[in-house]
Amino acid sequence: MEIKMQRYKHCDLLAIKGKVDSYTAPELSDAIEKINNDGRFKIVIDMAELEYMSSAGFRALLVGQRNCKRYNRGEIVLARVPKKIMEALELTGFTPLFKIFDDVTAAVGYF
Amino acid sequence: MRTLIIPARFDQLDAIRRFAVQAAADAGLDEKGLCAVEMAVDEACSNIIEHAYRGISNGQIECTCESDATSFTVILRDRGRPFDILQVPEPDLKASLKKRKVGGLGIYLMRQLMDVVRYENLGDMGNVLTLIKYLKSAE
Repeated sequence: MEIKMQRYKHCDLLAIKGKVDSYTAPELSDAIEKINNDGRFKIVIDMAELEYMSSAGFRALLVGQRNCKRYNRGEIVLARVPKKIMEALELTGFTPLFKIFDDVTAAVGYF
Repeated sequence: MRTLIIPARFDQLDAIRRFAVQAAADAGLDEKGLCAVEMAVDEACSNIIEHAYRGISNGQIECTCESDATSFTVILRDRGRPFDILQVPEPDLKASLKKRKVGGLGIYLMRQLMDVVRYENLGDMGNVLTLIKYLKSAE
């Protein structure tokens, strides 16, 4: 798995590439935490190049979302979610917990 | 029938997913079926590593895949402590963000994605988890 971070004025963009499972999910949690440690809680996660995500990845997203939304200080939103990952998110009831955008520009513009 | 034995470590999950997906593809599962097998095998093995082999560093998982005209079967064997995933309560998928539990999701996914999930405890011989996906044409 590879994560690219990009800082915008009003939010941070995380682009995840590859596979997120129990082995690699801690890297995703670390990346979100790193942004939070800078006092920033508005995050766009671009999933266009994400090939696979297990429930370990969903947990990392859930914990991250909870932390970002605390005190209404921010939020994690998802962009360009691949179809098979969207299906798994739907199956686990995760879709109501995240705003989902078809493109990154709209997601960044949301903040 | 083919079998793969791997060390029970998270860094082996990719290898076991690839093995099972290849066997499922050869058995004739469609794209959706392959995604189901990929996730179910991952979630099952993650649970074995995390729970059955908790605190045990040299465990192994044996993965056997077999198929016939109507179904594709994955059998996962480990020698860890008993861990009956079917006893894990279903997560509340409608809970608010604050109340949402982080556990139990993987097992829930596994049960949703596969047609049959069966657990057996063999005492000293460890645990056997059987996952079955029916072939679409046979449904």
